[in-house]
Amino acid sequence: MIHLSPGFADPVLDAQASFRAILEAMSRPGRIQRMEARITPPAPLCSAAGAALLSLADADTPLWLDAGDAVAEWLRFHCGPPITSEISAARFALACGVAPSLEALDVGTDEDPQLGATLILQVAGLVAGDGWRLTGPGIQHEHRLRVLGAPAGFVAAWAHNQALFPRGVDVLLCAGDSIAALPRSVTITEG
Amino acid sequence: MTQSETPSPHAARQKWMAVLARASAEDLAARLATLPPLPAPETLRAPETGLVMVRGRAGGDGDAFNLGEMTVTRCALRLGAHVGHAYVAGRDHAKARLAALLDAALQDSALHATCMQAVVEPLAAAQQAARATEARKAAATRVDFFTMATMR
Repeated sequence: MIHLSPGFADPVLDAQASFRAILEAMSRPGRIQRMEARITPPAPLCSAAGAALLSLADADTPLWLDAGDAVAEWLRFHCGPPITSEISAARFALACGVAPSLEALDVGTDEDPQLGATLILQVAGLVAGDGWRLTGPGIQHEHRLRVLGAPAGFVAAWAHNQALFPRGVDVLLCAGDSIAALPRSVTITEG
Repeated sequence: MTQSETPSPHAARQKWMAVLARASAEDLAARLATLPPLPAPETLRAPETGLVMVRGRAGGDGDAFNLGEMTVTRCALRLGAHVGHAYVAGRDHAKARLAALLDAALQDSALHATCMQAVVEPLAAAQQAARATEARKAAATRVDFFTMATMR
């Protein structure tokens, strides 16, 4: 038996607060939000990625992950998503190690672009006011975001993803208890 | 849950979980009080009440149908290395917590024998006796139609 740890202390209020933080992050691409819920998910999952998955994943959202059995068991216990080894079948993908290529994920269809997958990408750190220049809906002029430990070639892959609009993959960057979102509508240029 | 266990521990666990689920919170607490106090558990899933759909099947080979919903309270907590689960009918949170605590303790080989002896076996005997009394009372009212026919 793998060592299970508790999920949200208050399942209702903590999930609502985390959902609100994700919503804020998605509406203001590149702005760093803090996940208030104090949870201790199993390693290597950070608390922000754990809280995001507890808020978003459920029995209707197939999940692909590379974080190991302890994390899979923890998520299965607390929110019960079907764990899939086919990344193209996943609604959510959790990447803690080497990030999968964005093209491997489901981008939805032109009729149902909402079916595009969300990649929850755990990175080493998020720093505002420096690095990438983000423009697009939800951003008045531009936002700067430096992503420590971003996958190699991410900006080029992102340009391809953005060209598919309205189809595409959304990315949620998590580091410690901070999150920042890259919805498919945002444009990234190297700063 | 992926557990690499042989079927027999599952059968034993099913039995004690059934006994714990049928007992009342007062009985569980009273039985537990006779034991040396258990270590403090860590709550994995606080008691929560919900509905489960009970499905039925007519005659054993008919199509499954939804019989109705029943109120169930579940709880999960961890005692050392063992995770105790409880699914009990009704909305008694204290009972769900006690049943989960005892399920965890019963999986621990150091505590298994004492818990079995002090809690599960007396409760199982009491439940068996209550069932037997009920069955006897019902049997006393049984009408044998064959006897009535020959009495005439």
